[in-house]
Amino acid sequence: MKGLNTLLGTAGLAAFLALGEAVPRLGLVKEEYFPPTGEIADALATELADSAFWSALGDTLTGWALGLALASCAGIVAGVVISVVPYLREATASTIEFLRPIPSVALIPLAVLLYGTELRSVLLLVVYASFWQVLIQVLYGVQDVDPVADETARSYGLGTWARVRHVLWPTALPYVMTGVRLAAAVALILAITAELVIGAPGLGSRIAVAQTSQAVPEMYALIVVTGLLGLLINVGARTVERRALGWHQSVRGEVAV
Amino acid sequence: MLDVRGLRKVYEGSGRRVEAVRDLTFTVDAGELVCLVGPSGCGKTTLLKCMGGLLAPTGGEVLLEGRRVTGPPPGMAFVFQEYGRSLFPWMRVGENVELPLKQKKLSKARRRELVRDALHSVGLADAVGAYPWQLSGGMQQRVAIARALAYEPRVLLMDEPFAAVDAQTRADLEDLVRRLWRERGITILFVTHDIDEAVYLGERVLVLSASPTVVQEQLKVDLPDARDQLNTRVSARFAELRTHVYEQIQAAKRGGPVTKSEAVPKSDGRPSH
Repeated sequence: MKGLNTLLGTAGLAAFLALGEAVPRLGLVKEEYFPPTGEIADALATELADSAFWSALGDTLTGWALGLALASCAGIVAGVVISVVPYLREATASTIEFLRPIPSVALIPLAVLLYGTELRSVLLLVVYASFWQVLIQVLYGVQDVDPVADETARSYGLGTWARVRHVLWPTALPYVMTGVRLAAAVALILAITAELVIGAPGLGSRIAVAQTSQAVPEMYALIVVTGLLGLLINVGARTVERRALGWHQSVRGEVAV
Repeated sequence: MLDVRGLRKVYEGSGRRVEAVRDLTFTVDAGELVCLVGPSGCGKTTLLKCMGGLLAPTGGEVLLEGRRVTGPPPGMAFVFQEYGRSLFPWMRVGENVELPLKQKKLSKARRRELVRDALHSVGLADAVGAYPWQLSGGMQQRVAIARALAYEPRVLLMDEPFAAVDAQTRADLEDLVRRLWRERGITILFVTHDIDEAVYLGERVLVLSASPTVVQEQLKVDLPDARDQLNTRVSARFAELRTHVYEQIQAAKRGGPVTKSEAVPKSDGRPSH
């Protein structure tokens, strides 16, 4: 069954690539704007041989990883504190609901004003966008603590910190994982956007350069790279989730008792 | 050992005021196994949570060895009805049993010894490395009991611990509790809604009234110390005692005193409160 799925997936991808090759060649779309798959592949190979490409990739990944790490830590700490301190959740709910929907790209002018084209500009946007993903999930996760589990912990003399560590955190962990996975995808989008619009060094600014210099196949090749990055990030996040949550219902499946 | 004096608990919230427990006074002596029975919804769990320091009573007090209970006392362990939710699914059986011991700041060697001993006592020495959800319901409740034993409590509070397991497992677990009580000399307060279970297990049975709760009657169970599922349950005395408790509970539901009081055969129980 799994083998069949892999086979179908490969066949589908191959058909898609073949379509990408055939449609421009047949003149159905302008080759200038939609280069055939083969040309994109050639451009990609040239990119991979260029050291400037690798440093751009490094810049993008640095912005992504740093931003995601900052946002995750801040989101987790803020989420736990807001949930544990009495009345803080109620007091912050309206502010969170107001700040959360602000699109991160609306902060681009602010980022430019503050940091110009530095890495810090990218970080500002990435952190703002991914922070809420993590925070919201942590808030939900903490609410999910089973009263019986909490009472058990209390009856055995576990203090606040021990309960956060042994009951609240493991309960919230599946939610945190989901939050970080969503945040990882959002962080990549924002990192590329920031580079593209602000001109901070990275894959985004390289795409912009390719566009202005009419290097259409190179532009597509870079877009393919960003897509592959997104795919890798998602697969990686899911693997980590699976490993860390072996005990959780969603992962362990049915158990014969 | 355990002193409950004039305990009262009123729940207040969203315009509703519910008096769950009105006025409860009773004592449990050191090393006693006392069963609490009462009609369903009579505030048994509320009472137990107040005793365990998990709920603050509205009035009255609970004393453990002469000291007033204000939070969960160190010498007391709790076994909950919902074993599946009381055990932590993210920890293996051994870790579940060990966690409270870490809070007691015991050495690693001592912790390991206590965990091994407790799991051995409940017949689950092999299950240390399993996750709770890989075990059957009865086994999970054994793990919860082992966790309580390893904590070395002087008082064990059990809140309808066997209400959710099948009848055969239940009989085994009842015998386990009797055995552990005799072996370890722990004071046990066992809450149940099952009259047979109360009479079979207890040295004394406290019958509670319907909510708002008071103690309806205290009854000494004068069955022989060595009990077994086959013979004890068919003995004439067992039948008399269970009939008596049953009548008390029916009377409690109606809200009056028992009418057939002559049915109390030679009971040296303390006068009801």
